[in-house]
Order: sequence, then C-alpha cells, then structure tokens
Amino acid sequence: MNNNNNKFEPKILGIFCNWCTYLAADLAGVSRMDYPANIRIVRTMCSGRVDPQFIFWGFKNGADGILIGGCHPGDCHYIEGNYKTLRRYLLLKRVLKEIGINEKRLRLEWISASEGEKLQRVVREFTEEIRSLGPITEDRAFKLNLIEHKK
Amino acid sequence: MNKIRGDGEIRVGVYVCHCGTNIAGRVNIKEVVEFASKLPYVVVAREYKYMCSDPGQELIKNDIKELKLNRIVVASCSPHLHEHTFRKACEDAGLNPFNFQMANIREHVSWVTKDSKEATEKAKAMVRAAVYRVVFHESLERKSQEIHPDVLVIGGGIAGISASLVLADAGKKVYLVEREPSIGGHMAKFDKTFPTLDCASCILTPKMTQVKDHPNIELFTYSEVEEVDGYVGNFTVKIRKRARYVDIEKCVGCYECIEACVYKEGKFPDEFNEGLSKRKPIYIPFPQAVPLAAVIDPATCIQFLSGKCKRTCQQACERGAIDFNMRDEIVEVKVGAIIVATGFKTFDPSRIPQYGYDRYPNVYTALEVERLVNSSGPTGGEIILRDGRRPQSVGIIHCVGSRDKNYNIWCSRVCCMYSLKLAHLIKERTNAEVYCFYIDMRTPGKGYEEFYHKLMEEGVHFIRGKVAEVTDWAVTPEEEGKLIIRVEDTLIGVVRRIPVDMVVLAVGLEPRTDADEIRRLLNISCSKEGWFLERHPKLAPVATFTDGIFIAGACQGPKDIPDTVAQAEAAAAQALALIDRKRIELEPNTAWIDEEKCSGCHICIGLCPYSAISYNEEKKIAVINEALCKGCGVCVAACPSKAAQQRLFLDEQLYAEIEGALL
Repeated sequence: MNNNNNKFEPKILGIFCNWCTYLAADLAGVSRMDYPANIRIVRTMCSGRVDPQFIFWGFKNGADGILIGGCHPGDCHYIEGNYKTLRRYLLLKRVLKEIGINEKRLRLEWISASEGEKLQRVVREFTEEIRSLGPITEDRAFKLNLIEHKK
Repeated sequence: MNKIRGDGEIRVGVYVCHCGTNIAGRVNIKEVVEFASKLPYVVVAREYKYMCSDPGQELIKNDIKELKLNRIVVASCSPHLHEHTFRKACEDAGLNPFNFQMANIREHVSWVTKDSKEATEKAKAMVRAAVYRVVFHESLERKSQEIHPDVLVIGGGIAGISASLVLADAGKKVYLVEREPSIGGHMAKFDKTFPTLDCASCILTPKMTQVKDHPNIELFTYSEVEEVDGYVGNFTVKIRKRARYVDIEKCVGCYECIEACVYKEGKFPDEFNEGLSKRKPIYIPFPQAVPLAAVIDPATCIQFLSGKCKRTCQQACERGAIDFNMRDEIVEVKVGAIIVATGFKTFDPSRIPQYGYDRYPNVYTALEVERLVNSSGPTGGEIILRDGRRPQSVGIIHCVGSRDKNYNIWCSRVCCMYSLKLAHLIKERTNAEVYCFYIDMRTPGKGYEEFYHKLMEEGVHFIRGKVAEVTDWAVTPEEEGKLIIRVEDTLIGVVRRIPVDMVVLAVGLEPRTDADEIRRLLNISCSKEGWFLERHPKLAPVATFTDGIFIAGACQGPKDIPDTVAQAEAAAAQALALIDRKRIELEPNTAWIDEEKCSGCHICIGLCPYSAISYNEEKKIAVINEALCKGCGVCVAACPSKAAQQRLFLDEQLYAEIEGALL
C-alpha cells in the first residue's frame, strides 16, 4: 500500500443478490468475520437486476469502487440471471475504460450463501485495491469533467 | 433527493435498535439517532433496546397512529430475520406493510466492524440509504395463490419415513421417492441402536410397513426426482420410475425367481451387505424390504448383457411378474411442499492408506461390522474374520475421516456412540478383548454417558490417542499374524503397539456425492462442506431459503436416529403448517411494463428465464404475465426505455438507496 494514500478511505458500494451474496454477508456477520467498513451494501433480488446505470450512478455519487455479488454460475435462484450479469459486467468494463474510469473499480464476484469467508476476503482485497487506486476523482473521466461529479 | 411521489406529505419514522449490546456495543446509537432525525422527511427518530420485542413494536405502532407516520425505517438486523415482524407491526397499525424499509446495521455493520467510530459512520450511511429509499415506497398489495395440498418427500430413510407418516396421518397425500429398490436407508442395515440396544429392524420394520399400507402415501422406490419446477405451494415434479423388470404389484417376494436364476450362487457384491456377501442379478435387497419385491440389475443380468439367457427366472414366476421389456417411466406430480431427506454417505477409509483398509483383509468399516453382527447379515450374526476365524481381540479406531483437517474438519457426532455400541456387541458375542482408540469421547445425549460408563465396567479398554497406523509388521512373537495398531497413549505419554485380530474403523459421515445435483434441482443452498443449509441454524432448522422446501435428517448434517426423527417430524409439521393455510401470500416484487414507455424492442422477452414476457402484436408492446413472473428484475435492468419496472425494486428506489449509502 502506498504510504501517501494512508489517509484515503475509499467508499465502496456493494450490490448483492438476495439469495447468495447478501446471505454470505449475513453469515460473515453471524460468524463475526471483520472486514473494512468501507463497503455499503445494497440488496437486489438478483444480480441480474443491476442496471448498468446503477454503476454510473454509484460512481457519480462518490463510490470509488463497486462490487457486484451474485450466485455461482449454475446456482442462480432465477436460473440464469447471473449469466446476464456477467455479460453486462464484461461490457461495462469496456465502457468504463472508454470513458476514463479505471475498470478495476468495478468487480463482479460469485459468493454463495455459505461463503462468509470469501466475502470477507473479497471485501478486504477489493478495499485495498481501491485504496491503492486512489479516489475516483483522480480518474480521467472526473478530471475531464465528462461526468458531472457534483450536482 | 429532488423528486418524490405525489401521494401527499411524507412522514418518516426511524427506529434504531440496540439489540442489547449486539449493535449498541459497537455503534454509537445516540449519534445515529441524532443523525437520522435530521434527514429529510424524518418526523421522529427513536432508539430502543430490542425493537423486535413487543414494546419495541408497540413504539412503532403508537407513532404511526399518533404522529401519522406513513413511512417506517428500522435499523437493526438482517431483513431475512425480522423484515416480516416489522411489516406486520406496520400493518397492525393500519399502514401498508410495504412502506417499510430495514437497514441492516447488525450483520453488515456492528458484527463485522472492529472500530467503533467506523461502525457508527457506516450505520449512519445505511440508515440514510434506507430513509432515502423509503420515501419512494408505495402501498402494494400482496397477491395470494392457492397451495396444492400434497407433499413430496425425497429419500426413504428413517427421516423420510417419519416425515411421510406424520403428514399422511394428518390426512395429507404424500409422494415418497426413494432411489434404492427398498425404503429403510442406513437404519435398516443396523443391528442394534444405541444406547438402548433396541433391535433396529424391530422398530423400523413396522414403520416401513405402515408406509406401504398407508392409503395416503404413494411410494416410489427405485425412482429418482428428475425435475422440479414451480414455487412454494405449486411445485410440479417429474419422477423417473426406473425399470425394475419386476412388476411390484404382481410380485409377492417368494424368492422362486431368485432360486431359479441361471447363476447357482451369488456372484456380485451385495450392496445391502456392504459387499460382504454376493447376490444374483435378480435379488431382493433384504428380507424385510418394502416393497418386498425382486429387482433385476441390468448391469449384471445375462439377458441384458447378451440377450441370450434362458430366462429361468421368468419361467419360475407363476404370477408372471417378470417383464424384460419394462422401460423407465416418467410420472408427473403436483405438490405444495417438498421435504428433502436424502441422508449421508460414509467416509471412504481407503483415503487414509495408513489405516490399511483395502490392504489388510481384517480391517473393516463400522458399517461392515454392523452387517456382521446383524442376524440377517452375511454371517447370520456371527462375528468372524474373512478367513473364518473368530477374533480374540478387536481395535476400534474413532474419528476416521472426522475431526481431521486433511479429510473432514467436522465431528460426525454418531461415531463415538456407535463405536461403543459395536464394542458392546462384539464383546457380548465373541468375548474378545476390545480396545477403543479415541481422541475425545463425545457422548452428549439422553443415556449416552451412562452407556459409556457401562462399557467401562464391561472391561472395554479405552486408549486416548490418535492412531498413527495399522500395520502387519510384527516385531515380537506375539505380534505374528496380527494387525498392530500404533498409537501414542496420551494419558500415560508413551507410544504403544497393540496387536489385534480385527480393526474396525469408525468412519465419519459425509454429504452425499450427488448432494450438489439435488441442491441445484431444488434451488437450495449447501454449506461449504456440502450439507444442505437451513434457513437459520437455531430458529429455522428445517426450513431453507427457498420457500416450501424443507430439509430433514443427515442431509442437513451428521445426526443420530432420535435427532433425525425429531427433525423429520418437525419438517412435516412445518410443511403441514404451510399447506394447511390453503392460500399463500406472495411477495409483490413482480415486474410490469409501462405501456406508454414500451417501444416494443423485444429485448426483455428473450431475457426472461420463466417465459413470462410476451409480445402484444396489436399494441406493439411487451406484456408481463405476473402469474409467471418470479421477480428477479433481469428485464428491468435491460429495458432501454425504462418501461419495465419491478415493485419493491423500482429504479428510483434503488437510485435513492445508492445515493444514500454513498453520500
């Protein structure tokens, strides 16, 4: 970790599906697995509900990183919602790069209801990664003011 | 937050729960309440020690009435735990229950954050997200759906049998599906049960017969569930009845066909006897089998392998029950609830080569010894070694494959007790010296510790220590021809060599290898070990996260017979409580199409996994059939014109929540 970034506490948005990753976060809680407080969790029924615009909206509202959590392939409560999430995610990464937001700020993870430990690990890793990337306002998109950051 | 819905003044009440010290011990509640009271539209913000308690709920109800609140936020635990409680409280006070939002500041904040200041800041953000969101909530109506009164039970072991009987006695129609040719499961293989030393088949067989004779139970043996469709109250299940080549209606279990089989002697390992005896291609699994009917194994029958058998079995059957042209049959049934009781498998000890299983003939698994001591087993209840000798000394090694991070980390819970039981039976029948090698003796149960004491008095030798290896390498004359158990006796602190004639490995319990397929079939969750996951380990031990599906017995985790039966009957009671409601209220989180916005682009139609969206040619728009919609929201996320929306997860609600979480 860069020493200069020590004071930077990234804001991370987690959008988790109701059946797997949200439950993994519940399990991590019940098992008292601590992880950085930087993540704020929003629940949707399926990761397939994550509208690409939620991602832009999240970044616009100050998220330095966004973590989408869904069920493992083949395990989706809605049969195949997570495959659609994966397709969108891959496209979104390209779009983010195009407009000048570091694509690493968006991450998709499959975390099942029993994987409290994986949730803890992923949140820890992702927080550190975003910390090393620095605030999103440093990204080209925000510097060039392509997206209006302040309302 | 600049736009709000135009249905009058919005008045939000925020309630922050201490949860004793669970939340208050880490989060500064006063600060959160102070912060919440200043958020837009918030009329009142309060704290209380336990919001879910009656006085906590009364607080909300009174405020709704007195302060005319029309939106409620409770910051407490996970909505999976108490959302229902608080929605109900809103409803009781005359407020539509969907004008409610929960902020999870326990599982997602206080329990996972070390620093108190950080936890408080995060809790504030979660409360703000909930307040921003709840402003956009609207009154919704729950749809209700009729519940099909029949129940499916998967697995015909003691769990499935117990659950089926409770339901059938309550007057419900039960479909019981078992993959083996007979019901009975593992329990049917045991000789005695601990600690009472009841004869296992004497207590199980009457129950098996009851299942067969019960007018409300339709039994499918030698069958597997192939497809499950639908949702709580309305499942459609496809069951594959595998061809048995014997008509169970006609067969009376007279054994004539088996006698007449062209094989004079059994040639193939008998599954029921753990391979300790041989069976013919046509066989009855065991004398008390239900249904008591023969089955032909096409993998070993000459007729199926070459087509050139004399079919002596068919000629011998006076009733004409044998039919080589039988085909698998698919049966479709409709049920309102499903109980999963698929059980466990035993640990394969050849994975621990140093214990010598599969290398030394006189190393047995506990289940093999269960068959040896069983009077209907391969030796008629005689405990004899593979060479026909009676063992004079027997070593029982506990925790084989359990409590060991190289294999399975968990305690299999029944091995201590069944080892004690086998020690007693072996001593009783052979008068051999019996040694038990244990790490810890775990006997928590009614009469269990007493049984352990009884065995100590009987003269069984207990040696505390994890066995290093079983070997036949003799170093002294008295070790010649014996198996030597090398172990550190941790009570006296020396390494010992104990020569024995027979080694019994107390193998642990594991999830079934195909648990994953069942899990996917039913859309339920497994723990990371592979046991089916209950909704809550303490308070909802038989429910799963998929409504209408319940779990019972050792498929949920290692369990002895009393616990299995208790859980199975609990699952039956839960299923009963569900189907006796007759109707079920569904979450209103379905999607719909705003006709004015829809451009008829077809994008959503192909995305819907339930084919709930169709195209209206006349209006040139998409239409959602809400009876088929399960509320995932995939179409909503994809709609380019925002015509598709989902109740409870409207775009504006999620935008507001994201904004609130991040500000």
